[in-house]
Amino acid sequence: MIAALSGPGSIRRRLIIQLLAGAALLALVVFVIVRGYARDLAAESQDNILAASVTAILDSVSVRDGALQLDIPYSAFSMLGNVSDDRVFYAVSHGPRFITGYEDLPVPVDPRTGAPQFGTAVYDGAEIRVATAARRLSVAGRPEVVAVSVAQTRDGLRQTLTRISRNVAGFGLGFFMLAAALGVFTARSATLPLRDLAVSVSRRGPEDLRPVEAPVPEEMTPLVGALNGFMGRLSAALSRSEDLIAEAAHRVRTPLATVRTQAEITLRRVDKPENREAVREMIRAIDESSRAAGQLLDHAMVSFRSEHLQSAEVGLDRLASDAADRLRPMADLRDIALELCPAAEPGLKVKGDAILLQSALLNLIDNAIKYAPPDSDVIVRVSREGAYGTVAVEDAGKGFPPEALGTLTTRFVRGSNTLGVVGSGLGLTIADEVARAHGGHLVLGNLDREGGGACARLHLPLL
Amino acid sequence: MRAIAFALALICGLAGRGMAFEIENRVVFGPEDPARVLSVISTGDAELFAPIIQAFLQGRPDVAVDYTVASSAQLMRAVHEEGVVFDVVLSSAMDLQTKLVNDGFARAYSSGVTEALPDWARWRQHLFAFTEEPAAIVLSREAFEGLDLPRTRQGLIELMRAQPERFAGRVGTYDVRQSGLGYLFATQDARTSETFWRLSEVMGALKARLYCCSGQMIDDVASGELALAYNVLGSYARGRADRSAFHILLPEDFVTVMLRTAFIARTSPEPDLAEAFIDHLVARDWADGDSADGDGADGDGADGDSAESAFFDGNWLRPQEQVLRRIRMGPGLMVFLDRYKKAAFIEEWGSAMLQP
Amino acid sequence: MRYLLVEDNDQLARAVSDRLSLDGHVVDRAADLGTADAFVETGDYDLILLDIMLPDGDGRDFLQAHRRAQRPTPVIVLTARSEVSDRVGVLDLGADDYIVKPFDFAELEARCRAVLRRRSGGASNLQRFGDVAFDPLACTLRVGDREVQLRTRELRLFEILIGAPDQVFSKSKLVDRLFSHDADVTENAIEVYIGRLRRHLSGARAQIVTVRGLGYRLSLT
Repeated sequence: MIAALSGPGSIRRRLIIQLLAGAALLALVVFVIVRGYARDLAAESQDNILAASVTAILDSVSVRDGALQLDIPYSAFSMLGNVSDDRVFYAVSHGPRFITGYEDLPVPVDPRTGAPQFGTAVYDGAEIRVATAARRLSVAGRPEVVAVSVAQTRDGLRQTLTRISRNVAGFGLGFFMLAAALGVFTARSATLPLRDLAVSVSRRGPEDLRPVEAPVPEEMTPLVGALNGFMGRLSAALSRSEDLIAEAAHRVRTPLATVRTQAEITLRRVDKPENREAVREMIRAIDESSRAAGQLLDHAMVSFRSEHLQSAEVGLDRLASDAADRLRPMADLRDIALELCPAAEPGLKVKGDAILLQSALLNLIDNAIKYAPPDSDVIVRVSREGAYGTVAVEDAGKGFPPEALGTLTTRFVRGSNTLGVVGSGLGLTIADEVARAHGGHLVLGNLDREGGGACARLHLPLL
Repeated sequence: MRAIAFALALICGLAGRGMAFEIENRVVFGPEDPARVLSVISTGDAELFAPIIQAFLQGRPDVAVDYTVASSAQLMRAVHEEGVVFDVVLSSAMDLQTKLVNDGFARAYSSGVTEALPDWARWRQHLFAFTEEPAAIVLSREAFEGLDLPRTRQGLIELMRAQPERFAGRVGTYDVRQSGLGYLFATQDARTSETFWRLSEVMGALKARLYCCSGQMIDDVASGELALAYNVLGSYARGRADRSAFHILLPEDFVTVMLRTAFIARTSPEPDLAEAFIDHLVARDWADGDSADGDGADGDGADGDSAESAFFDGNWLRPQEQVLRRIRMGPGLMVFLDRYKKAAFIEEWGSAMLQP
Repeated sequence: MRYLLVEDNDQLARAVSDRLSLDGHVVDRAADLGTADAFVETGDYDLILLDIMLPDGDGRDFLQAHRRAQRPTPVIVLTARSEVSDRVGVLDLGADDYIVKPFDFAELEARCRAVLRRRSGGASNLQRFGDVAFDPLACTLRVGDREVQLRTRELRLFEILIGAPDQVFSKSKLVDRLFSHDADVTENAIEVYIGRLRRHLSGARAQIVTVRGLGYRLSLT
C-alpha cells in the first residue's frame, strides 16, 4: 500500500540532492576563484621580482671615462633564485647593440624607460616571463639608451599553482563535505514536521476524524488544511449515511408500529374465529416485515461499522451478561430460563467494536429464544479455547438441520425447520460477519446430548 | 676489486673523436669489451675518482666508465660550445655547472636519493652536490716556527703586516685570471667579506706568487718555498703524504665551501646508467669501507678527500656550522660569469694583487 | 398504572394509548417535548414511554434533563432507530430500557413489568380477590398462608383473569395474549397453564371455572 503510493522521488532526497548540488557548485566556484586569484598573485610576485632584478641591473649601469660600465649586482640574480629554482636569462643592449647576456633572448615587449614591461615568450623550449626596461644615459655628451631584460622560466609558478590547486581543492572538498553534512541535516529537520504529521495521522483510530490541530510549519498549512477539509467531508459523509439508516428505520417502523398496534386492538375486539385468524395472519406478516426491515438495517449498520472497525477492549463476560439482561424479558415471555455461564478464567477480553459484538450475540440469543421450546433453558456460555475466547449460545430446540450447517450463515437462508417462527434469516449472517470482521468465526452445530439442541459459537481472538 | 684501469693515448683519443677542447687525461675503467659505456667528463683527477668509479662498477661487469679529465674552462667549452656528447658532467666549478644547467644542457632527474638531499645540495632537478670541499690556508711549519698560528684572515693580515720580511715573495694564491676555481673562491670571498680585499692588498704588497692549481701551491709550501698558500682545496692538502710539513688552517671568521657537483647531460646516450651513477655519487656508498683511497693516508683516520663526514672527521676541528659559507647554487652564480662583471672584478683584483 | 406517552406520530400514539387503555391503564399523550415537560410537572406517572425523534427536539435531551432533575419515574424509550447504534446511547443517558418499533405488546408489557419491578424496590402492589392475594410485580400468589411463585405465563394468564373477574375469556383470546401470535401454538396449549393455575389455587375460594364451549372465568365459589 505504502509502496504503491510512493511517487517519483522523495522531498528529503530532492532537498538533499539540491543542497548537495548547490554545495558542489559553490565549492567549484570557490575553487576556480581562489585558484585564479592565487595564480594572479603568484604571477604578480614573479613579475615583481623580475622588475626588481631589471631595475637593479639598470641601476648598475654607469658611464666611466666615456664608456659604459655594467656591474650586475649579485642580488639581481640571487633574488630570482630565492623564490624558485627557475632558470634565469638576461640580456643587456645598448641601443641596437647587444652587450651581454643571452643574445637570442626573445623580448616580447619593447623596452621603455620607466616601469618595466612584462611579456611571455618561449626560449629554449620553455615558457619564460620577461621583464624589460630601459634607461637613458649620457655617453660622451650623447644620449644613449640601455635596455635590460631579465627572464625566468615558470616551473616554480607551475609548481606553486599545482600546490595551491591541491590545497584549494582540498579546501573545496572540505567545504563541500561540511555543506553536504549541513544539507543532510537541514533536509532531515525540514521534513521532520511532515513525518510527525504522518505519524500523528496514522496513529489515529478509524473513527477519529477530528481536524489536525497540532501546529505545523507555514508551508504545510495548505496540506493540513486540505487534510482537515477532507476529514471533515468524510466525517460528514459518514454521519450522513448513519442518519440515512436511522431515518429509513424511522420511516418504516413507525407506521408498522401503528398498524400492528391497531391490529392487536382489533384482535381483542373480534370474536369470529375466521376474522381472528385473519387478523393474526396480519400481525404475523407485520412482524415478519418489520423484523426483516430491522435486520436489513442492522446488517447495513454491521457492514458499515465492520469497514470502520472501532477498537476497544471488550470483556466477554460483560458482553454476555449485557446481552442476556437485554433479552431476559423476551425469554420470560416464553417461560424460557436464560442462564449465564461465565468463563472459568475471568477477565477474557477481545479487541473490537462493542456494539457490533453485542449485535452479533443478541441475534444468536434471540434466535435461541425463538426456536427453543417453552419451559426450556437457553445457556450463554463463555469459555476459552486456546487463543480464542468463545461465547456459545445453547438451546434445547430441534437443532440446526445437519445438511444445512454450511449454508445457514448465507444471507436470507433460513433453516428448513423454522416453520412458524418469524425471522428473516439475517441473524446468523450478521453474527458471522461480525465474527469475521474481528478475525474470528462463527461455528454452528448441534449439541451431542439427550434432547439435542442447537449451539452457536462465536470464536473471537483474545487480546 | 681494483678494476683494470688503463690510459689511452691522449692525442689519439682526441683526434679520434674530433674534439677541439683540450683534455688532461682519459681513463677507461672496466672490461675491454663492455656492453655499455658511461662517459664522464670531470675536473677531478682520475686517481681521486678511481675508488668511486670502482665501487660503481662492482656488480656491473658489462659496464665501462670512460673518464675524461679537463679543466673547468675546457669542460665548459666542450659541453657548451662544441656539444661533445657525455653522460655525466662532474665539476668543481659551480658557477659553470650552474650556467650549463641554466642554459639547458642538463637532464632532469629525481629519485629517492636525490630528493633526500638538503636544499643547498641540489638545484632544480638537475644539479647535485656530492662533496663539500672547504678552501683552506696552508701554512709551512718551518716558516711559522715559533709563531702563534693565525686563526682568522684578520690575524693573518696582521701577521703579514707585522713581519713583511718573513713573507715577502713567500705568499701564494690562485691566479683568478687562469683558474676558474680561484675565481670562484675569490668572488665568493669578496661577496662574504671586505677582508678579502684587504688581504689581497697585503698579499699584493708582499709580491704574492700566483698559481694555477692547488697542487703546486701545496708543493711549494711543503718544500718551504712558500710560507703560506691562501684558498687551497683542503682535500688536496690533507691527502698528501708530506702533510706533516704544513698546517692546514680553516679560518674561524668564515670558511668558503665549494661543492663538487654533477649533472646528467641532456644528450646522454645512456641516461639509465647516468642516473644510477648520480644516485651512486649522491648516496655516497663509496665513502666508506674498502673504497678508501690509498693516496697517502697519514694515519689521521681520514679516508677520502671529499666525503663531508670523513672530511671534517679526525684531527680536523670541524668548523662551526655558522662559519661555513657553502657556495649557493643558483642564478646568483651566473652574475660573476657576466663578462662585464668578470672584467670589473679582475680589474679590481689586479689592482690589489698586482702592485708594481 | 398511569402512563405518559411521548410520541409525535398521532396514529401510533392513539393506537398505543387505546391498546394500553384496554388493559385498564391511564394514558396521557404528549406529541412534543414541551407538552411532555408540562405533563411531567403536573402529573404523577408510573412510567414514561418516550420516542426519540420529536418535532421540537431529541428525546434524549428530555431524558437527560429528566435524570438531572432526579425525577424517579422510569423511562422506556420507544425507538425506530437501529438497535446497534442507539442502545448504548439511551441506556447511558438514563433510560431504564428501550423497545424497538414496531413492538409486540406482550414484549412491551414484559419490559414495563421488569422496569417497574426493579423500581418498586420490593413495595407490594397487591390485588385481592376473595381469599387470594396477587402481586404482579413480585410474581406471587397467596392463598391463605401459602405463597406461590408464578412463572411468567402463569402470571400473565392470572393477570388477565383477575383483571376482569367473572368475565369469560375464550381460549383463542387467551392464546393471542399469551403466545404473541406464534403460529404453531394451538388453543390446547392454554389448558396446560389453566391446569397449573388451578393447582396453585387449590383450597381457595377463588377458582378458575370452565364455561363449556366458551372459555374460562375467575369466580368465587
